[in-house]
This record gives sequence, C-alpha cells and structure tokens, in this order.
Amino acid sequence: MATAPVGTLYRGREGMWSWVAQRITGIAVFFFLYVHVVDTALVRVSPEAYDLVIATYKTPIVNLLEVGLVGAVLYHALNGLRVIAVDFWSKGPRYQRQMLWVILGVWVAVMIPGTYYMMIHTVEALFGSTP
Amino acid sequence: MSLVSPRRGPGLDAPRSTGQRSNYELYAWLFMRISGIVLVFLVLGHLFIMNVLDGGVQRINFAFVAGRWASPFWQIWDLVMLWLAMLHGTNGLRTIINDYAERDQTRFWMKMLLYVSSGFIILLGTLVIFTFDPNIG
Ligand code: HEM
Repeated sequence: MATAPVGTLYRGREGMWSWVAQRITGIAVFFFLYVHVVDTALVRVSPEAYDLVIATYKTPIVNLLEVGLVGAVLYHALNGLRVIAVDFWSKGPRYQRQMLWVILGVWVAVMIPGTYYMMIHTVEALFGSTP
Repeated sequence: MSLVSPRRGPGLDAPRSTGQRSNYELYAWLFMRISGIVLVFLVLGHLFIMNVLDGGVQRINFAFVAGRWASPFWQIWDLVMLWLAMLHGTNGLRTIINDYAERDQTRFWMKMLLYVSSGFIILLGTLVIFTFDPNIG
C-alpha cells in the first residue's frame, strides 16, 4: 500500500460511517469471542472454576458491558445484512441510505426491551425495589 | 467493498497486476456473506437465549451448561457457531491488517499471530465441546 495517498477513499457521510462502525464492532466482537471461548473452557477445569468466572458476568458493571456487546453484535449483524443487500439486490445500492435508517430503527426497537430484560435483575439488586 | 469507484491513486490502479491469479479473495468475500447470514440466526439466537430468556445470565452456571450440552442439538449449534464466527472474524481481521499494516514484514507477522491465536481458540473450543464431562467435579 502507498504511504502518502493522493486523493482518498474515505468519502464521509452515512456510507463511510456505517462501514467504520461495522469495522469497529467486528473487531470488538472478535476479541470478546477469544475471551469467551477461554472462560467457557473452564468447564473442563471444574464446576467451581466455571461458576466463579460466570459470577463476574452477573456483576453490574460486566452486565452493562454485556449490553454494550449485544448492541455491537446487533448493529454488526443488521448492517452486515444491509451490506449483503447492497451487494446482491439490484436496487440495494440505490436504497443503501434508507436501509441504514431502517436498521438503526430496528436496532433501537430491539435494544430498548433488550436492555430492560438484560438489566432488570441488576437494577433490582442495586436499588432493591420489591413492588 | 467501496460503493463508488475510487479515485486513482498510488497502488490502486492495478493492485494485483503481478503474480499468479487466483480466486481466493472472491471466495473469502463470498464466505463473509454466507457465514454472516448463518451467524445472524446462531449468534443472535445464542445472545437471546443466554441473556434474555428466563432469567438471562443470572441463571447460567455449570449445571446449566451440563444440561444444554447433554443435547447434540446445542452441541452442534455451538460448534458451528464457534467455527463460523472464528473463521468470519479471522478473515475480517486479515482484511483489516492488509488495510493498515503497510510494511510487508509487519503485515506478515501480524497475520501469523492472528492465524496462530485463532487456530488455538478454534481447537480449544472444539475440544471443550467434544470432551465436556458433566461429572467432572
Ligand atoms: C451476526 C451476524 C453477522 C453478520 C450478518 C456479519 C456480516 C458481515 C459482513 C457482510 C461483513 C463485511 C465483509 C466485507 O466487507 O467483505 C463483515 C465483516 C466483519 N465481521 Fe461480521 N457478521 C456477523 C457476525 C460477526 C461476528 C460474530 C464477528 C466476530 C467474531 C464478526 C467479525 C467481523 C469482522 C472483524 C469483519 C471485518 C470488518 C471490515 O473488514 O471492516 N462478524 N461481517
């Protein structure tokens, strides 16, 4: 690759930023997967070792991070489908921007109840509201 | 994967004009899309079952894993998900390294590191699924 680019491939706007986010979420999810395979591998050590590491997933901070991970995976999956539609659907390139807004809408619509169900136990444990 | 043809610049005019031709990059490109579609079901299903369904992560422990992996259905689900996600992610990282690491040496060694660590994780995960012992403790 050249060192001093003349002109640039980076064109800004929705197309570029959706790709930047696809790249960042892909990297983040990939490295989490390394960690996750290793923590699951503790089932081969002992039930106690596994339960101990899983206990960290149940703490408020890791629970919140997990919501972030789910959000990253969900964006990557939805935008991945959009990229596939752009590549294979004859009208895909023309509607790429509209499709981005659609997937962002789906993302918000899924993340609101998703966050609620993922966090409900943590919120109750922290603020102890028993109705 | 750019949507518009790039402006001409150094290195972009004929990026693969020397050496042998092969369809490797085409197959890699296709694999990213096919594995992506399968992963939508496997990964989003996994996240939903583990984090949302009855009690979410709070109910997960060794006994829960033992119950799940007693069934070949979940063993195969997890195995296919592991392989597809690792190969998809590794190929994605390969693209990213190719994009940003400019020196040949750097690029080569970063990719070696990537392949070795991914191979290790795939092997480890596969062994764990196949050798799981519910009575280990
Ligand atoms: C859940 C369903 C998923 C879908 C639909 C999906 C789809 C895609 C697509 C279409 C691409 C673009 C490939 C290209 O530009 O040639 C991509 C890139 C990538 N994906 Fe996924 N993917 C999914 C899950 C994952 C997972 C689980 C990981 C991590 C292990 C991951 C990591 C990556 C990485 C690192 C890239 C490269 C990004 C780049 O080159 O900018 N993806 N994905």
